[in-house]
Amino acid sequence: MLYEVRWHGRGGQGVVTASDLLARAAILEGKYAYHAPEFGPERRGAPVRAFTRISDEPLEQHFGIYNPDAVVVIDPALQSEVGYILEGVKEGGLLILNARKVDDRLLERSRSLGLSVWAVDAYSVALEVFGRPLYNTPMLGAFVKAAGIVKLDNVLEAVRERFKVPDLAERNVEAIKRCFEGVSRVS
Amino acid sequence: MRVAQTAYARQQRVGMTGNEAVAYAVKQADVDVIAAYPITPQTIIVERLAEYVNNGELNAVYIPAESEHSALSACVGAALAGARVFTATASQGLALMWEILWIASALRTTIVMALANRALSAPINIHCSHDDAYACRDTGWIQFFAENVQEAYDLTLMAFRVSEDKRVLFPSIVNLDGFILSHGLEALYVLSDDAVKGFIPPKEPVYPIDPERPMTYGPLALFDYYMEFKKVQAEAFKRVYPVILETFGKYEEISGRRYSPVKTYLMEDAEVAVVVLGSSAGTARYVARRLRAKGQKVGVVSLTLYRPFPAGDLAKALRGLKAVVVMDRSYSFGSPGAQLFMDVATALYHERERPLLINAIYGLGGRDLMPQHVEEAFEVAREAARTGEVKEREIWLGVR
Repeated sequence: MLYEVRWHGRGGQGVVTASDLLARAAILEGKYAYHAPEFGPERRGAPVRAFTRISDEPLEQHFGIYNPDAVVVIDPALQSEVGYILEGVKEGGLLILNARKVDDRLLERSRSLGLSVWAVDAYSVALEVFGRPLYNTPMLGAFVKAAGIVKLDNVLEAVRERFKVPDLAERNVEAIKRCFEGVSRVS
Repeated sequence: MRVAQTAYARQQRVGMTGNEAVAYAVKQADVDVIAAYPITPQTIIVERLAEYVNNGELNAVYIPAESEHSALSACVGAALAGARVFTATASQGLALMWEILWIASALRTTIVMALANRALSAPINIHCSHDDAYACRDTGWIQFFAENVQEAYDLTLMAFRVSEDKRVLFPSIVNLDGFILSHGLEALYVLSDDAVKGFIPPKEPVYPIDPERPMTYGPLALFDYYMEFKKVQAEAFKRVYPVILETFGKYEEISGRRYSPVKTYLMEDAEVAVVVLGSSAGTARYVARRLRAKGQKVGVVSLTLYRPFPAGDLAKALRGLKAVVVMDRSYSFGSPGAQLFMDVATALYHERERPLLINAIYGLGGRDLMPQHVEEAFEVAREAARTGEVKEREIWLGVR
């Protein structure tokens, strides 16, 4: 099993952390993983991507991910960038969006690629749990449900190891659980 | 963290970035002094060490210096006073340290430095090239190259033991590819604190600074003695290699992981090969496996040790090949080849039979080395092997 994920968002939303936590969770359950952020100038608001490669076999390749099995878009406003989001995604792959309503053009194009499209309103969850638009752990929860390649328990353990402050860890756990439950297949 | 079974008993399997793994190794090595410039192009390595010192997990003096030049100067002083010393930098930061690099080696300090390899300006770039590593090649530092996060951790531990060995007494650099490994996260096994303590004995300073017994370090030596100092330093550096081999062996005993200055893959019956440094080694092996499946006799040679350059072992590894592509993640303007190429060519010169050599420039400023680029390198080597001649001595992979 080799599974590759590309995360899209904007600086400050937690794209890198989401990818990092997924890799840590995969490693916790005995898999091999490589997580790499794509850093440009580090500034809030700029489009940011991160990549996660997960495998049952040891990984030694260090090249980028060009044909992801799954694309996760954690920023609701990026939906209109259809070409950017769907670039290289595998036919029959997975698209997970932070959206109340999925952009029509994106949905149409995704259908033509045979993608399975999932969506969750992570904006509302983030505002209720964190009081600000932090989408990393909410969208990680959505990914875990939609992809089914890592166990929820291992993701929660990775979060508790990463966020040493108990209150912060538990709020992230809540965000993950709520989006895990709340995400649904749109197409 | 979970405890691993069987061969890796008593080691923990964890996920860490290269930055975290190096910082963790430095903490386990129980350093006394860390001096570093904390701002770009610095990595998270020293940020994590500052946290360890701040929360009491590491009993060390942390000096946030006002420049890399000052940081390395502070390291030299601390090392001469008898401390176990660590610093980290990259690209322009390394360039600013450069004049102190020579002093650190000539004064026989045992500083260990992590170098998250990044491109030198201009244009401004924060991603991976080996410009900074190559810029240290003549300065008298030992240089290791990690190809993954596990190696970044292991080599950091081994660097302390090698540098402080009384048969060595030279500073070490552990190179890890900027971003690809420094900010990349992978699974690795970490040793217990006790195992590390047993592996790196307490530092025994040689001629430490002592206010009761004043001494002069790095005095003036002109045409009368400068050359003798350099001859002594040269002879001492020639004795480093066997200690590194011995240290690799000792480390295998406690970790189960085997290291060697020259790593070979599918080389037994190979007709052509690539020679590579750093994180590209795994990508090259990944490609070589696929080409082998198509019946192509290709192999990969990667170097864990860059200084002292393992010339003899490398020449042995390349014996019998028809053509070799030497991969350089840097460029040396006006040279007869880029930096690694010149070393490989020199290592092969004394061989009776030499393979044809091609120099491939790749990955500058973080340009991704994709499988098709390595395939292209192998194809160029195969064509040279087939025709018996090199069409172009220098090729650029992945350039638009």
